[in-house]
Amino acid sequence: MTERLVIIGNGMAPGRMLEHLLEAAPDRYQVTIFNAEPRVNYDRIMLSPVLSGEKGYEEIIIHGDGWYIKHGIMLYKGHRIVAIDRAAKTVTSDHGVTEPYDKLVIATGSVPFIIPVPGNDMAGVLSYRDLDDVNSMLLAAQSRAKAVVIGGGLLGLEAAAGLQSRGMDVTVLHVMSTLMERQLDPAAGYLLQKAVEARGIKVITKANTKAIVGNGKVEGVELADGTIIAANLVVMAVGIRPNAAIARDAGIETNRGIVVDHGMSTSDPDVMALGECAEVGGQVYGLVAPLYEMARVAASHLAGEEGARFVHSDTPTKLKVTGIDLYSLGDFADGDDREEIVLRDAAAGIYKRLVLKDNRLIGTVLYGETGDGAWFNDLKKKQTDISEMRDTLIFGQAYQGGSPLDPMAAVAALADDAEICGCNGVCKGKITGTITSKGLTSLDDVRAHTKASASCGSCTGLVEQLMSLTLGDSYNPTAVQPMCKCTDFGHDDVRRLIKAKGLKTIPEVMQELQWKTSCGCAKCRPALNYYLVCDWPDEYADDYQSRFINERVHANIQKDGTYSVVPRMWGGVTNANELRAIADVVDKFEIPLVKVTGGQRIDMLGIRKEDLPAVWSDLGKAGFVSGHAYAKGLRTVKTCVGSDWCRFGTQDSTGLGIRIEKFMWGSWTPAKLKMAVSGCPRNCAEATCKDVGVICVDSGFEIHFAGAAGLDIKGTEVLGLVKSEDEALEVIIALTQMYREQGRYLERIYKWAKRVGVAEIKRQILDDADKRTAYYDRFVFSQKFAQVDPWSERVSGKDKHEFRPMASVGFAEAAE
Amino acid sequence: MSEMDWIAIGTLDDIPVRGARCVTTPQGKIGVFRTAEDQVFAIEDHCPHKGGPLSQGIVHGAAVTCPLHNWVFSLETGRAQGADEGSVRTIPLKVEEGRLFIALDVLASKAA
Repeated sequence: MTERLVIIGNGMAPGRMLEHLLEAAPDRYQVTIFNAEPRVNYDRIMLSPVLSGEKGYEEIIIHGDGWYIKHGIMLYKGHRIVAIDRAAKTVTSDHGVTEPYDKLVIATGSVPFIIPVPGNDMAGVLSYRDLDDVNSMLLAAQSRAKAVVIGGGLLGLEAAAGLQSRGMDVTVLHVMSTLMERQLDPAAGYLLQKAVEARGIKVITKANTKAIVGNGKVEGVELADGTIIAANLVVMAVGIRPNAAIARDAGIETNRGIVVDHGMSTSDPDVMALGECAEVGGQVYGLVAPLYEMARVAASHLAGEEGARFVHSDTPTKLKVTGIDLYSLGDFADGDDREEIVLRDAAAGIYKRLVLKDNRLIGTVLYGETGDGAWFNDLKKKQTDISEMRDTLIFGQAYQGGSPLDPMAAVAALADDAEICGCNGVCKGKITGTITSKGLTSLDDVRAHTKASASCGSCTGLVEQLMSLTLGDSYNPTAVQPMCKCTDFGHDDVRRLIKAKGLKTIPEVMQELQWKTSCGCAKCRPALNYYLVCDWPDEYADDYQSRFINERVHANIQKDGTYSVVPRMWGGVTNANELRAIADVVDKFEIPLVKVTGGQRIDMLGIRKEDLPAVWSDLGKAGFVSGHAYAKGLRTVKTCVGSDWCRFGTQDSTGLGIRIEKFMWGSWTPAKLKMAVSGCPRNCAEATCKDVGVICVDSGFEIHFAGAAGLDIKGTEVLGLVKSEDEALEVIIALTQMYREQGRYLERIYKWAKRVGVAEIKRQILDDADKRTAYYDRFVFSQKFAQVDPWSERVSGKDKHEFRPMASVGFAEAAE
Repeated sequence: MSEMDWIAIGTLDDIPVRGARCVTTPQGKIGVFRTAEDQVFAIEDHCPHKGGPLSQGIVHGAAVTCPLHNWVFSLETGRAQGADEGSVRTIPLKVEEGRLFIALDVLASKAA
């Protein structure tokens, strides 16, 4: 008989609990979840990278919709539970759904603390708890205006860094005299403040907020001393409170949070609570490690094992702001019975402090260099007597036992039960054991099987070192993926060496870079050919035999060995003569299928290879050239009708599209390049999912890039707004050339952009006029050699052999 | 066993280095491949996977990669390389003073 398990809340703690429960007792419960947020379970620790743009929402999802379906879990999204009836054993949501339970788990998390000052409910005042908050902040950040973050703790600083990287002018107000005073001592807090300020964020400490001022909408923050700081956005990140209201209303014992025993049971034996809303032994928790521990304990009890008990342990704190390393653990207050060891290196910006009591480590603050955090954590946890190594303790593990400064040796020396991943409580032995027993070879595998480095990611380096130790030479975290089996070099190295050594032919590259095969393979040869075409446009002779068949015969091979042919239709515009010519070709060569493509052109499919030159000859007479529908190069420029015809059009989008296509046709790129120009933000040409797109607006041309609508779907990034068509063309050309010079073969522009960073691309293309001009000029130069119509060349006899059989044999001669 | 009938199909120069040409026969096409070292091989022009025309693939070493789904075949043995399993028929071929001949037992008997 399955029991009914109802969970209120769908955050990380209940998500983890379900994972454990499904493993231990997969069929015991029929599970129903009510989530007040209208979405699945995602990694809240990673909201800061989403805010700063380093990650997207889809990258931080823990359980996608499929997971709930697979496990037969009913998830009510956007349902807030408004009542628990403990007598009837039911819960009821704000949408009127009532669900009976045998076991109820409350995981309502926490609510942000909103400081009680006038104006705190005004539009533009946000907290920082969930994805909705992040989305609101991102919307506000588009204005590039001023933001004030109230609270200089972990969350506040992450929010400030994120908003600043989105282009806002940010001020952090902190009520205490140093930042993160609960985790850092004043010295480290000072260094942190310096680092935060160096990024352009203003910090005001001892700042007592008196009121939020504005007229229905935030205009500023007033401090107790009367100072007013202008702001269009105020983020409150001053702390959280356990969200225990629903339990309190139901008569369950609450204090600061919902009071639970060490097995996660509340005062009602059929009701459990876990996560930030739960209070165990008088403590409430906000970091993920103890919450995951609660999840483990709760799952174990639900699965019928009564023995599991939650035990308090200190959790290290790490700040997730790129470029700032800090680590804090345990108790570091001064005291008569305590000693401290301090190391300062002002030039390197390093501060380390160890707090000792009775020759045992009880607290650690590391700033600037945090690699030894795990080792100190282990010493503290095991209460190791450190008197033997006291003199060198602060220098870290590598200095103990005379071993050299080798981080690998340090990891090797860690005990099997040393904790590696603080978020998920994974120790070294579990990682190395799983690598061996499951034959894991990649970081993603290790994350999938052990959860180590799968939450905040700050232990990734350690996990990789463990992989190196366990797998030996077969794993090298710093090794780049080689291009193919013919070489150990990755694409980037090969590209760099081609330029640096002036390598100008494929045999030269293979010789100088010590290729392991005599003439490469079907992976590296086309890549090398592209790199050489791109880098030496005037000197390199295209190696025809290193091109994929489509680029060799300038048509697209089909599954039956026939080809399809797509002539260029500039900007998607055609006329009666062209259509008549196509109709005649279709009749003459009995072409079985004619189809309109997604790129606004006409595709003729099922043409015999032998007929290709004759087809091209007829098309050429009507003025058609190759549409390069087969090329890792410029494909189409899709357009809408724009201001000439459309009542909403703001610019001549068709004209600009044609201009771009005429300028860029024939160019080879790392992967195919599809473009579009829309005449207004209604975007009928769908420019916002293209490799490069333009949205015309009244004030000019918004240049977009790095969209995708294939295996991956991704909206474009906005490169910037320019005023004239000429500028638009220059920016697009420069962007394309930068991609041509840096992209790895077959790497679409959105993947390249993700690797290089949108900010860097903006810097080189928009902000640096010299760079932009140089890119533009190199593209123009290379086009001199690229804009040759391959069809007319072949009509004139080039590569004749390609289209004819060498011989026909075995046919009965009598037939002739 | 009758002696092989050698049929002239052309010269070495007809085939591009690291390339291939087709020979049509009543039983389907044959791909004739020339490697970087001027070795010449003839195999059935039909990938056992999905029928791709192997003569259209990229030639590397003494192997060719099928243009449809990237299976790699040894030109010497006709066997698929790597994780894929399958093979294509190889056809006897000889080079005499730059002239190429293939032997088609089946065809010869039918044509006779």
